[in-house]
Order: sequence, then C-alpha cells, then structure tokens
Amino acid sequence: MDIICLMKQVPDTTDVKIDPKTGTLIREGVPSIINPEDKNAIEAALVLKEKHGGKIVCISMGPPQAEDALREAYAMGVDECVLLCDRAFAGADTLATSYALAMAIKAVGKYDIIISGRQAIDGDTAQIGPQIAEWLKMPQITYARTLEVKDNKAHVERLLEDGFEVVEAPLPCLVTCVKEMNKPRYPTVSRILKACKELKIPFWNAQQINAEKSRIGLDGSATGVKRTFAPEPKGLGKMLTGKTEDVVKQLVKHLENDNIINR
Amino acid sequence: MEFKLSKEQEMMQKMAKEFADKEIAPLSQEIDKTHKFPIELARKMGTLGLMGMMVEPAMGGAGCDTVCYTIAIEELARASAAVAIIASVNNSLVCYPLQKNATEDQKKSYLPDLASGKKLGSFGLTEPGAGTDAGSQATVAVKKDNEYILNGTKIFITNATNADTFIIFAMTDKAKGPKGISAFIVEKTFPGFSIGTVEELMGIRGSGQAELVMDNCRVPAGNLLGAEGAGFGIAMATLDSGRIGVAAQAVGIAQAALEECQRYAMEREQFGKPIGKFQAIQWMVADMATEIEAARLLVRKAAYAKDTQKRFSAEAAMAKLYASEMCMRVTVKAVQIHGGYGYTKDYLVERLIRDAKITEIYEGTSEVQRMVISGGLLK
Amino acid sequence: MAELKWKPENCAQCGECVGACPYGALEIVGDKVIIKTTCTACGACVDSCASDCLEIIGAEKKVAGAGEHKNVWVFAEQRDGKLSKVAIQLLGCAHGLAKELNQQVGAILIGHNITKLAQELIHRGANIVYVFDDPKVAQYSTGPYAKVICELITKERPNIVLYGATTIGRDLAPRIARRLNLGLTADCTELTIDKETRFLLQTRPAFGGNVMATIMSPTTRPQMSTVRPGIMKELEADPNKTGEVEKVKVDIKEEDMLVKILQVVKEAKKIANLDEARIIVSGGRGVGSADGFKVIRELAETLGGEVGGSRVAVEKGWISQDHQVGQTGKTVRPDLYIACGISGSIQHRAGMQSSKCIVAINKNPDAMIFKVAHYGIVGDLHDVVPALTEAIKAAGLSKKQ
Repeated sequence: MDIICLMKQVPDTTDVKIDPKTGTLIREGVPSIINPEDKNAIEAALVLKEKHGGKIVCISMGPPQAEDALREAYAMGVDECVLLCDRAFAGADTLATSYALAMAIKAVGKYDIIISGRQAIDGDTAQIGPQIAEWLKMPQITYARTLEVKDNKAHVERLLEDGFEVVEAPLPCLVTCVKEMNKPRYPTVSRILKACKELKIPFWNAQQINAEKSRIGLDGSATGVKRTFAPEPKGLGKMLTGKTEDVVKQLVKHLENDNIINR
Repeated sequence: MEFKLSKEQEMMQKMAKEFADKEIAPLSQEIDKTHKFPIELARKMGTLGLMGMMVEPAMGGAGCDTVCYTIAIEELARASAAVAIIASVNNSLVCYPLQKNATEDQKKSYLPDLASGKKLGSFGLTEPGAGTDAGSQATVAVKKDNEYILNGTKIFITNATNADTFIIFAMTDKAKGPKGISAFIVEKTFPGFSIGTVEELMGIRGSGQAELVMDNCRVPAGNLLGAEGAGFGIAMATLDSGRIGVAAQAVGIAQAALEECQRYAMEREQFGKPIGKFQAIQWMVADMATEIEAARLLVRKAAYAKDTQKRFSAEAAMAKLYASEMCMRVTVKAVQIHGGYGYTKDYLVERLIRDAKITEIYEGTSEVQRMVISGGLLK
Repeated sequence: MAELKWKPENCAQCGECVGACPYGALEIVGDKVIIKTTCTACGACVDSCASDCLEIIGAEKKVAGAGEHKNVWVFAEQRDGKLSKVAIQLLGCAHGLAKELNQQVGAILIGHNITKLAQELIHRGANIVYVFDDPKVAQYSTGPYAKVICELITKERPNIVLYGATTIGRDLAPRIARRLNLGLTADCTELTIDKETRFLLQTRPAFGGNVMATIMSPTTRPQMSTVRPGIMKELEADPNKTGEVEKVKVDIKEEDMLVKILQVVKEAKKIANLDEARIIVSGGRGVGSADGFKVIRELAETLGGEVGGSRVAVEKGWISQDHQVGQTGKTVRPDLYIACGISGSIQHRAGMQSSKCIVAINKNPDAMIFKVAHYGIVGDLHDVVPALTEAIKAAGLSKKQ
C-alpha cells in the first residue's frame, strides 16, 4: 500500500501562556512538536503498513526547522519525508496551504490513501484535509476513530456528537483522524540514529510541485487576519454575595458569559 | 569543544523524556509502594531500544554513543530511579561486558534478546563476604567434563527477580586470588540455579534486588565469558562503565528533586507570600541547580571519555562520586524546603531522598571511587 | 507576493510589534527590527505600530462582485428529521447581521421528508428557505450535500453563508470553500459587520484558545464561517412570521455519492479518565457522608460533567479512589472545577489549580480554596449546590439526558 501522511510542526499550545502585562503569547521556551492528531495519523499509517505492507511518505509544509518534526516521524517508522519549504508559501490560509499540499501529493504521484490529523492545535480549523480531498477530487472521511482497509476500500468508524457512524469509501481517499483513534508509538533508539545519520529530507519549493503562483501564499489566500488579541482574562477571586437563590443565578450568568457553560 | 547536544542526542532526550513523563512517572509512586518489579515497563523500554542502546546494530542494538545513553538514563531516573537502574544494569552491566568479551556465538545467543528487552539481564558479583572487597570471591566454579559446577551465593543483585541472563563471577583458581576469578553467562533455567531472599529496600524499590543461589549449578563450558582468570578484569572494566550509568541516574533523581522544589516553593505561602520569595529558599535552590549542572557535565565528560579514550576510570569515578554525593545533598535540601509536607508520603521528595542514598553505595562506594581517583594521581 | 517591510525612520524600538506578532517573527536587535522567516505577512504588527514603521507591500486585490452578493444564509443542519440547535441559533445570528446589512436571511434545508421543517425555520427568522428533499440525501454525506449547496450558491449569490461547527459543518464547509475558491473561517465565536467596509468580521479562538483572531474574507463571495454551537442566541419562535419556500432541483448522480454509510450507532460518550473531563464537580470534607455526594453527582450530571473528590472524601469511603483529585490523586485541568466543601489544602490545590475556571463553595470564608477560586460562594454546600443545580435547569442549560 502506498500511504501518504500529512503532518504539521506546531508550538505546544498546552504550554503556551499569555504575558499578563502585554496580553500577548509568551513563545520563549515553548517547544515545537508534531501536531498531536497528526501523530495519530502517522500511527494509523504504521498500523496499515504493518498489516498490508507498502511505504509511507510523510509530507509537511513549513519553515526549515520543521525538518526536526519530519525526522521524528521517520524515527516513528515512516519511510520517506518531504518538506515543502518556500518563502512563497508564507502567509497562506487553508485554501492556499491545501492547494500546495495537494500539488505536493500529486508530485509524489503514487498513493492509495492519504491520512492526516483532524486539526492542528495552532490553527484549529480542521479545513486542510477536506480541502485537499476536494482538490484531488477524492472521497473524504473526517473524524475517523478507527481505520481499516478491506477490498480496496477504507472502512472507518466516524465520530459523531452523539455516537458514531460506520462508513466506507473506495480508495484512493483521504481520512482525517481524531486523537481517540490510537496511542501513537514512541520513536525507537535505532530509528532516531538513522533519522540523524542517514535520512535525507528533500526540500521542495513552489516550482518543483508545479504550483501556480497566484494560488499559493498570501496571493492564494482568501482570508486574512485583521487582528489578534488575548481573550478576556477572568477576574480572580470574585466573591458572590446575597441570598442563595440570587447568588446561584449570578454564578450561572457569569459562567454563561465566560463561555464555560452553554446551550 | 562544543557543549551543544547533537541532533540525535536531542531526539533521544525528547523521546526518553516523553516516555518517562507519560509511561513511567504515573506509576513511579505505586512501584515504590508495592515494591513490585515493573516488568511491562521493562519490556516497553526494550521495544524502544532503551535496554541495549549501545549494543551494535548487527546484534539488535542501536549502536548509540555513551553520551546519548547517559541522557536517556537521566530522563528515566527523573521519573523513577528504580526503572532507571533496571535499564542501566541491563545496558552497562550485562550488554556491555558481553559486547566487549563474548565470542561471536555467545553474542548471537544472548545479545539480541537482551537488547530488545525480550530477556532481562543481571550482574552477579557482590557476595555476603565480598562487597567493596570484590576480589574475595567465595563462589567457586569447578570444571567437570564439559561443564563448570558453581557453588555459592550472591546478594543485592539488581533485576534478579525477573532476569533471564546473569553474568556470574566465581573462583576457578583460588590460589591465584583475584586473578583466579572467572566470569560466566548463567541462564536462570540452568540446573542448580535459584533466586533466594528478595530484599526489602529503603529506596529504588521495585528494582528486583535479590539473592542468587548456586547449588551445584551446572553451566556449560561454552558459557565461560572471556578466558579463565580474566573475570576480575572484566568485572572492573564493566563497573567503570556501569558507574557512568549510576552517575546519570543520580543526576536524574536530583533534577526531579529540584523541579519539585521549584513547584512547591511558588505554591506554598507563609507570612503572606510564596516561600520561594525568601532568600533562604532561593539560595538553597540556586545551590541545588548549580551542583546538578556540574554533575551533569562530569557525567557527559565521562561518557565522552569512554567513547574516545582507552582508559576512562578516573572520569567515571569522578562523575559517580560527585553526582551521587550531590544527589544526597540535593534531596536532603529538597525535603527541607518542603518542610513537614516533605516528610509525608504524599510528596515525591520523601521517596527521592530514599532513592538517592544507594547511589553513594552501589557499583563502587564513594570510598572506592576516591581510591580509584587518588590511585591515578598519587603513584 | 506580499511581504512585510520595516521602515527605520520613525522606529523607537518600542517592541509593540514584537508583542503583537502571533508567530514570534519579529525581534529587536540593537536599533533594528528583524523580520524572521516565520513571518506570514498577516499584518497584525502593522496595526500595532503607532509610528507607522511597518507595512505590507504586495498586490492589492479588488473585491470581486461584492455588490452583487446579497443576503445572509444559514445551513440549517438537521438530523433524523429534527433541526439541530445550532441551526436555530445561527438564524438568530443571521438575523442580526442581515439587519445591519439591510439584507434578507436565507436557510438551506437538505434531507428527506424534511420540507415540513421549513416553517419552523421561517418562524425562527428565515425569510426564504431553499429546500432539497430527496431520498438520496436522507443522511448527511459530503458529496451530495456539497453539490447541492455549491449549485445553490452559484445560482443565488449570497453574501454570507453560516454553518454550525459540528461534525457535519466542519466536514462540509471546507469542501464547498475549496470547490468555489472561497474564504472560510472555522469555529467562530463572534460575528459582526465592519462599519467601514461592511465586511463580515469573524472572530475565533486559535492556539488552543490562548489567542483570539479576527478574520476577514475581503476578496471572495460569499463569506463563509462555521460557528461554534451554543454561542449565538436564537430568536423566539414567532408563528406569525411568513416566508418563501423554494424547492431546489439538483441532479445527484451515483458518482457524487462518494462515501457509503453502513450503520449509525448512538452512543453515550464515556469519559475514560477524570483528566479528560471538561467539567468536574468535586466534594470534600464538607459533604459529610457518602449520601451527601448525591447532590454533587446531581450537579455534575446537570452540567454534563464528572464527579471528583478530595483525599478526605476518598479516605472516608464517600467516593472511590479513581475520583481523587490532588497531590496523591489525579491532576486535572478542566474548563470548570467546582470545589464543594473543600478547604483547599496545598495537596488538593496541586491537583486542580490550573483549571480554567474554579468555583469554590465553602462555609468558611477563610478557606484556602478561595485563594485560587475565580468565583467564590460562602455558604453550606447542601443549600448552595442543589440551588445551583436548579438555577442551571431553569436557565435551560441542563445537559442531563
């Protein structure tokens, strides 16, 4: 089986804190990691490879330091890695990013299935997978919590809000995984050494993937950030006073306003 | 001279740290409480290649360098000193002497399983009457036809309760003294071999320390490791390597203590502010951090020396001596910083101080290390 | 290609731009502002600079056909013949936006035997409902739904289309966006109309919720967003409202049906670990007995959360050990932690103080727990907790099945 995995290197947002003085993100010392759900995707690919044989190519788009994340993917067991790296890709929203990744997939050429995580913990959009599937005109299955391949079809349990549905799609297709799917394996010591000593990761630019200039980077983006700001910090230590019936009503109102509880 | 970690050392550290935080740390207090050998963790570490890191790839290891190895042991020890020593013994006291002294056939028979964690290894040198005086071996090995018959007991042997493969030292020629000691590869299934008393320890609880009993234990002649009489040399060279692992373990334990103090000192308030705002605590923490960093550098230098020099006994001894005594000082301070809470089993530092003590004793007491270091300087 | 440029003339190296950058791409070295390769030319720093030292240079795109696109649409998600809550909420939001723009509200309704739901949509604010009623679309599937909506959008040219950020919406909207080359913003928590440009301002959390970003789609129409359920306020159902119902004709072919649904299984979501719970209601010494935990459980169920306990509660056998939160129990970081009758010893605080929102209920006004609580109520939990449960139910916020 020829499997393509898509992966993004992201800052570990669980460690990210807001500077109380400036209200902006403190990025120092925040480690870069493989996007957690992409790790689930890599694990799913490794399981498929163990069962059906074949090869896994891992593609990522990012600055040169994203190479480290690809090395980690290799150390987990993927066979080949490619980094899409070009100043021309910068400033891309999901439309432009998904186009570039789709063109890279086309450049790789052989694939039976494309697997990625459902969403990245920095952008939180979950749009890349479906947009790539559309560009490549292939079926998509999102929110996958199990993945099997039988009779040239992907067989998936797709998570819903109140349960799940069992779906099937012919290959080639694109699947996005949720964290419930599996527990990603650790890199092994010997693969780590190989990743550092033997692995060569090609950097592909826009030209090498035949990307149209107008469809990538800022030019290829249809959305733009107008501003970013820190969410309202919660008031610390607000004592609610009054009769019990009133106090609890106040509390409910606060919790609703803070978006802690909602409909 | 570079102090930066190489790419592979960085990746090793990341992997070992993640494994330690996610797989070991949540179980560490339970292991200490129940004293139960964490065999599943040992197998997991095996599948990742952590039980035979430096074994050559042809024999199923990763062939990584010693600096990488010490980085991994330090991270494992940060989560659990017991788990770290289980890995360290397997790597340094079993795989290493086999790698250095075994025949091709012996290597093929034993290394792949030990490197992959399928089988666990143990090092049997210490006896009731032979601790620091390791040369006074009472265990004897008599050659009979195509076998050696071993008789004797070993005590305080780490991993013993769950190990499959043992490096056992015994006297083949009492007249020659230490030069009459030979090393043997003993499997737990050999007739006459059994595990005796399982020790109740102060610390590193769960590391499977027990007595080995050889009662007319029959060992095939093909399992002699190295030449007859070469055993003591093998033991000493092996311990040189092993004490680097122990030194790394001590740094890991101390690092855990420091991190606990950093957290606690900013949470615990007295006199209206976190105790971390008081100079007394700040200076304690500063001293702890400085000592840990110094020990870490000694460990990495010793590891580098082992990889690049013929002789590295002095570096290994310095690293082990300093790191272990530092670890004891740091963990004592850590309990002090935690005050009464640090004396309860609720807090990790109570266990860390108990785990720390053994690092000053095993694989050569601090006194032995001082002998080794001064021995090289005053000739 | 657009690029960020720094002009040194007026720069005082105040550092505002460094702080405003969501990608850490700016650095002040000496008297220079360095732009690192991680810059995405998003422009956040340009807005932050009071001295006009930064600008994005590159091709300016004209908004194509902006005037021709009218009306605010909502994808009215329905499952098993029932309109989803978020669809109704979005109609309320669309109503406000349409009013600002002086335009109409439309709703897209797709399914089988669902035409009757069109009236409900009208009562809730839709001026026109586009219905596609066909057995082929009885259950949601990306292919046919995307086809219907794409053809509808191309024909009718709405200005804005909103979807619920549900497993359906987040599967469907990006596919449509790609097919029609549109900008799409995910999981919005606030939607407003910009006073000057009349563009839709789409605000949403990023970086795991640590940062809020306001996004615009200046050059593509319609502007599309998926919206987080539970945020927007629905309109009261007005049975007197009238509107149009238009039947849509789209030819769904076999090749449009890309994915086959074999089975749908309803399943209550089981939280495996306390550490995964979004809401935890925890009881301590003040609960008094195993029986006393009933009110704790009731509140937890009403909120759709889990039950936790302090060490005291576990040691006294009022609750089992796997519910223990604290130094010797679990460390949790839920969105909401309600500590009932818990004094807040340092051991307990170590296990829960990183919770997003902490509510403390305790008889003792000097209890340590109030030091870490965001909201505190001094009172007997046996009075306050049941009252709180009732207040939540009364506000229509109960998650109890």
